[in-house]
Amino acid sequence: MRPFAYATTTDRKAASATLVQDPHARFIAGGTNVLDLMKDDVEGPSVLVDINALPYHAIERTVKGIRIGALARMNDVADHPDVKALAPAVSSALAQSASAQLRNMASIGGNIMQRTRCAYFRDVATSCNKRSPGSGCTAIGGENRQHAVLGTSDHCICTNASDFAVAFLALDGVVQTIGANGVARTIPAGHFHVLPNPDPAIETVLHAGEMIVALDIPASAVARNSTYLKVRDRASYQFALVSAAAGLTLEGGTIREARLALGGVAPVPWRASAAEAMLVGHAPSRKLFEAAAKTALVGAVGRGKNDFKIALAQRAIVRALATVGGVA
Amino acid sequence: MNVGKGLTRVDGRAKVTGSAKYSAEYALPRLTYAVMITSTRPNGTVAAIDKKAAMAAPGVLAVLTHENAPRVKNKVSPGDRVLPILQDNLVRYDRQPIAVVVADSFERATYAATLVRAKYASAGPARLRFADASETVTPARPGLQAKRGDADAAFAAAPVKVDNRYTIPTEHHNPMEPHATTAAWDGDMLTVYDATQGVSRVQGRLATTFDLPTQNVRVIAKYIGGGFGSKGTPWAHVILAAMAAKVVQRPVKLALTRPQMWSSVGYRPRLEQRVALAADASGALQAQIHEVTMQTAQFDDFIEGSAGQTTMLYTSPTLRTSHVAKRLDVATPTFMRAPGESSGTFALESAMDELAYALRIDPIALRLRNYAETDPETGNPWSSKSLRECYTLGAEKFGWADRPAQPRAMRKGNDLIGMGMATAVYPANRSAASASATMHADGSVLVQSGAVDIGTGSYTIFRQIAADAVGSAYERTVFDLGDSSMPHSPGSGGSTTAASVGSAVKAVGLVLRDELIALAVADAASPLHGRASSAIEAADGRLFVRDQATVGETFAAILARQSVPTLSAAADSAPGPEQKQYAMYSFGAQFAEVRVDADLGTVRLSRMLGVFGAGKILNAKTGRSQFLGGMVWGASMALHEATRYDERNGRIMNANLGEYLVPVNADIPAAIEALWIDEIDPHVNLVGAKGIGEIGITGAAAAIANAVFHATGKRVRDLPISPEKLIG
Repeated sequence: MRPFAYATTTDRKAASATLVQDPHARFIAGGTNVLDLMKDDVEGPSVLVDINALPYHAIERTVKGIRIGALARMNDVADHPDVKALAPAVSSALAQSASAQLRNMASIGGNIMQRTRCAYFRDVATSCNKRSPGSGCTAIGGENRQHAVLGTSDHCICTNASDFAVAFLALDGVVQTIGANGVARTIPAGHFHVLPNPDPAIETVLHAGEMIVALDIPASAVARNSTYLKVRDRASYQFALVSAAAGLTLEGGTIREARLALGGVAPVPWRASAAEAMLVGHAPSRKLFEAAAKTALVGAVGRGKNDFKIALAQRAIVRALATVGGVA
Repeated sequence: MNVGKGLTRVDGRAKVTGSAKYSAEYALPRLTYAVMITSTRPNGTVAAIDKKAAMAAPGVLAVLTHENAPRVKNKVSPGDRVLPILQDNLVRYDRQPIAVVVADSFERATYAATLVRAKYASAGPARLRFADASETVTPARPGLQAKRGDADAAFAAAPVKVDNRYTIPTEHHNPMEPHATTAAWDGDMLTVYDATQGVSRVQGRLATTFDLPTQNVRVIAKYIGGGFGSKGTPWAHVILAAMAAKVVQRPVKLALTRPQMWSSVGYRPRLEQRVALAADASGALQAQIHEVTMQTAQFDDFIEGSAGQTTMLYTSPTLRTSHVAKRLDVATPTFMRAPGESSGTFALESAMDELAYALRIDPIALRLRNYAETDPETGNPWSSKSLRECYTLGAEKFGWADRPAQPRAMRKGNDLIGMGMATAVYPANRSAASASATMHADGSVLVQSGAVDIGTGSYTIFRQIAADAVGSAYERTVFDLGDSSMPHSPGSGGSTTAASVGSAVKAVGLVLRDELIALAVADAASPLHGRASSAIEAADGRLFVRDQATVGETFAAILARQSVPTLSAAADSAPGPEQKQYAMYSFGAQFAEVRVDADLGTVRLSRMLGVFGAGKILNAKTGRSQFLGGMVWGASMALHEATRYDERNGRIMNANLGEYLVPVNADIPAAIEALWIDEIDPHVNLVGAKGIGEIGITGAAAAIANAVFHATGKRVRDLPISPEKLIG
């Protein structure tokens, strides 16, 4: 680990200003991601600005839904009764993330900022366009069992590692930020992450010094009837091979609203909008879900060891939809 | 009697309260910290190392490379390993140690290590596939190329046969405690605290390397957080720590990071096994062919003897086994928990299951049809064998009779359910060992042997054996180990410690007791004066006349009348002619039940049961833990473990415990149990124990693979059994 300075702050403006002045400065909340990256020499921040003393810890019921403070811890969000009742997919995604120790430490704002688990990104002995633009993507043609099949490019085939972000996207979550200039922004989840094309080093739309202060999940019937399915080799403490967040509302035997997002298959949390559109207006059935699943994976490209994800993701979609659609 | 009781391990409290000191926890005065740097190329040479920036970093005391490291002796006898200890500029594999940074703090050494820049000259593309091997080695070691009759002809002629290939990926041990060495010189005396399974072996290697008399080197290993074979032999970091300490003239601690656990401390080699079995219509085996191909290093000769058990487990008139190793650009493999039997039983016991289906015979019935009443290879009788009882008890407890014969016949919701079984086997070996004993004036007893407790319960069982042999109270008996200055003991490996050291401990305890009896009967002041020694017994720290327990006195009372009120003894114990007269093995029956998601291909264990016949179980509690730990390892092998090499450049791409999968608690069913048959073996050794550190893993992976077949109708022959192999 390279030497670095550490500063605590109770002043959001000053914290943001530090990051604007020094491009190597980073915020730290739970630290479960950035410290790992520092130990692996993937990141070497000049200064870590500890923002835990800022007043963004609360999880509140609002008129429109739930507002989760960016510094709320993953386990606190997962266990919150309003989250469980209004957004079961979010609660479930968090409960299936990482380990209990990590969930107690990691912040929810940090969770959607976490960087990929791509083994090549995390190993400075290999080339990676995200770490070192233009050096090449070693995952292509390499050990890519964990890698993406959708939204990739010849520059990068990494996956986004967050479970929460998948459920958050499916339920039309909104990221609330305040820029270094003091201007608040409201960023829909679907616009928050950026595909690795042309530049894999750019991962979100955030500007220098811009701070996430809250994550809003709108309450809705479809959010209340949502689920998160995570498929992995072992029962806990593993990133998703594939995952699916799904929500449905039914009216008179037909689907009125549908939400579907995928994890473990793309460099960003992946919204399956075309599949959602196919579902609306039809009676739930296994056949319908299979057709939607097929649509969701249109354009998927296997890279060898991850070819199985194309079929596995479709099966996960069908299972998740069947769970919320009441289809055996 | 203390032996056999489920006494709580004596080191448990120290471990859970943190007072147990491991090798990286000795805060010696003026201690410095070494960090190893490893190669990022699979072969070729280190053309240059730029260490200027590192040397200029704060707190840095030295940067050792092949250019400035002291010259020492490397492999000097065939039994040694070639170690990458900076004696040349050759790169033999990716992640080979190429430099060591020493600084006054761990953090400074770690940072400085990032500043060292190596330039490489490549020798060519990485050789990682068997087809790219630079050489195919056929080892001459006895037993590795076995032949009985003409197995190929018998196979061709038989009516029912199976012939398949089974693969196991490279697996790395990853004990909880990473390897660590703390080394300190005092003139030409070297003291080393090392996370090792054998203090004598490390002592010997260090003495050879630095050209010192053996007694100048002292190796201490009081607590070990698991070894599983990876701490069985001294590795490069042990030498590098001592070398660095010599250079900076201060004590040095070198602790491997978790990723470095994939660099230079061994692993189970990637194996491909062909098993061909043929039977007549009744299920009697006619031929067994077991061919093993594995990876090994360019510079060393480790071979995993995976077909070993095939020569002795079942009767068969014909047999052929072979082992070959492919030299690749990889680190050297080593012993990993049941090296040979764990991988070998996966292949053999999967094949037996396949043969049972081909014959339409119950898998247990097939094994009983070919039950070996004597060792099929030597004809020797077994020293003891309870395998039949293991099958019977296991089948009854597991509800085997309720298992439908057809695969894919049990389903609950989305889960396909299956049951499988396999045979477990491991040899009961032992080596020569020594122990010493001292009785203090107060009658308390100290027994010592330079063994190592790798977490298995050695401290506890040897105390139990010592107390029973001397006749002292368990509470007033102390057993100590883990120091090369103590009487010689073999390294803790091969499931031999209980048998080897246990026999020496029992022997020395009996000698001490007999010395005390001799004192008492010769002492006119003793109530035992003039009695025949053979009429005296010892228990609870007191000698007394057998059948007349009131006539006697305490150990302390006897010693109090002596001019020197202490007593000491030494004893050696070694294997004898019984080794050639009997075949000595532990056996067992493994059962597993799995649930496989019919759509998603995820496999979850719902039940595991192992029933073992393994001689005297010295401690019911630590013994059960050994069996269960082995079974969990088998589950890990079946479902999770795989070291993933990038075959283009030879680099391991999952060198961390996030992506190198081992089971978490949620993967191990609450319904896991180990039972054993009470086995009295008068031949195997003085304590009647066969060793149980490894048998628990054998057969476990096959039982799970067989259960997956029973659940799904899909035979997975390539471990680990992961979803992509089941959803196709």
